[in-house]
Amino acid sequence: MNSLQKWLAPVCAGSVLFITGTSHAATITAKGSDTMVILAQKWAEVYMIEHSGQKIQVTGGGSGTGFAALQNQTTDLCNASRKIRAKEIEACIKAFGKRPTEYKVALDGLSVYVNEQNPVKQLTIEQLERIFTGKIRNWKEVGGNDLPITIHSRENSSGTYEFFKENVLKGKDFAASAQTMPGTAAVLQAVANDPKAIGYGGAAYGAGAKHLAIKKDDSSPAIEPGEETVVKGTYPIWRHLFIYVNPALDKGEVAAYLNWIRSDGGQKVVKEVGYFPLPDNLRQK
Amino acid sequence: MGIHRGHRARPVEWLVEKFIFLVSLSAILMVLLIFLFVAREALPIFLGTIDSALVQDAIPVAQMDKLSPAQLREYLGLTDKQLKEMDRETLRSLMEVRVEGQAEITSEFRNDPDARINTTQWRHLLLPHQWTDYDKPEFIWQPVGQIHKYNFVPLIIGSLKTTLIGLLFAVPLAVAAAIYVSQLARPRLRETIKPAIELLSGIPSVVVGFFALLVMASVLQSIFGYETRLNAFVAGIALGFAVIPIVFSISEDALTSVPQSYTHAALALGASRWQTAWQVVLPAAIPGVFAAVVLGFGRAIGETMIVLMVCSASVMSWSIFDSARSITTTIAAEMAEAVSGGHHYRILFMLGALLFAVTFAANMSADVIIHRLKHRLEGKR
Repeated sequence: MNSLQKWLAPVCAGSVLFITGTSHAATITAKGSDTMVILAQKWAEVYMIEHSGQKIQVTGGGSGTGFAALQNQTTDLCNASRKIRAKEIEACIKAFGKRPTEYKVALDGLSVYVNEQNPVKQLTIEQLERIFTGKIRNWKEVGGNDLPITIHSRENSSGTYEFFKENVLKGKDFAASAQTMPGTAAVLQAVANDPKAIGYGGAAYGAGAKHLAIKKDDSSPAIEPGEETVVKGTYPIWRHLFIYVNPALDKGEVAAYLNWIRSDGGQKVVKEVGYFPLPDNLRQK
Repeated sequence: MGIHRGHRARPVEWLVEKFIFLVSLSAILMVLLIFLFVAREALPIFLGTIDSALVQDAIPVAQMDKLSPAQLREYLGLTDKQLKEMDRETLRSLMEVRVEGQAEITSEFRNDPDARINTTQWRHLLLPHQWTDYDKPEFIWQPVGQIHKYNFVPLIIGSLKTTLIGLLFAVPLAVAAAIYVSQLARPRLRETIKPAIELLSGIPSVVVGFFALLVMASVLQSIFGYETRLNAFVAGIALGFAVIPIVFSISEDALTSVPQSYTHAALALGASRWQTAWQVVLPAAIPGVFAAVVLGFGRAIGETMIVLMVCSASVMSWSIFDSARSITTTIAAEMAEAVSGGHHYRILFMLGALLFAVTFAANMSADVIIHRLKHRLEGKR
């Protein structure tokens, strides 16, 4: 009996190790930003076709959720539409002793939408700031019709909201009257139906509303959002999309997958989904 | 064969009874545990041990050796166990991150007096404050950004505003329908109307919210012609649809359970059916109707999805045609993005505890009032 136990124990432990070991090696999990879910799923799909046997699981929940999962080590990759915050780096160091590695994986331009009937074609960043903080309340102050401005914004858990607040509003608060919409599509729909409306969201979205050309300041030229202007960086409102990974896991299949994402193959997918690909100098050869 | 009394005669029954007792006890225990969990997460806000100020003291990494372990532990917010397990390199990188985080702050914010305020203090949670860039002291809920403004008042008003509109819309309709169905309608009609209204409660609130967002908002705007399309009024009416079946079915039960002798006596004295229903049956059923309203209140203030879909701008205004953001909406929408264990996270738990306290107080006081009413109706003092 005793000898049987002695014999069985390592076999059991071995098989458990074997099962968990192989299943871990075969499945990469990615969690995080809702903005990036479609992109991440498409990456996974294409990669899984090219590399049969590799499984990739993608879930959303928000960039914050992804960072929480990264520190709890319940995900391999964290998709994020914003940079990691100092507090989150601290939490990661406390959890696994190292800073997570950051990879830039795509570019995203943010457009400012207005209704098709609105005569306004371009705005400066400063005008945008004053509109979204509620200092400018009427379209005639920026060369439009005599109509009050209705502001459409996003839920404050969205990475897009935060990016717009930091970069266009310079960290100031949105006007309290700003309507919060559940997604970019909802912002677009609202703007398309309301001649007084202004909203913001991904440059790749777009049917139904007019995308404004943006001037960095009064003297600079007005630039329309588009692949060329975003990738070159001449269009002023754009951001990186990131993937964060625990450096201890950044090897083998995970590293191969990350390299592929940043190679021409992965960047082709970025374009298909509607974001903008990385410039050549950031790509993986 | 003697007469056996009590449980000795039926051991199975005894077992079942004990089992049911344990099950109900576990339900109470569960509620208690949930509350304890929420309260524990919110505790640092209660005690004021959390600091959300943007600009904080950063100790240069070079001075690491001058700090005693206790100072280091406090500065980095570590537990004793974590401190012991960490090697020097890890501690060093933690300190670097702290310094980098502070270095990223632009000079504009560094010189802003707001950046030094701990916004999780009670006075900032409940009282207006003169923030930079604002004309006058205001109640602001803007939790995301450089300076985290966590004023509860707009949210409390948002919750109350939508709930009250919902109740004002739902209660008269539901109670009137209950009076009609229980007292005036013919049996066949009653058998159709009652399940039809109760069927409303089967509609998921997401669907109600969706309908309100796409259809009701536009229809109501064209009728009333107000400025903002999505506002507390639309949300309140949509909430009303969720509340109606609850208030209806409970008050209908209460009205039906008034003894027939009351009705018979009133009718025999020459009262019309309407007079009987309005002046005799309804007053007798008031405790039950009141209970229905309180449950409706609980449902409305706890409802998340409808308000989340219809309106969610945290405007500090009592106007029903302005937007509103309720407490539940805030928790649901923001929890996913809050840094786990950070101040935003704690504040959201604090809001949860607040909501729990409000519904608990409402149910409690309703219970007391119902008891008093019952006593008075039964002629006791």
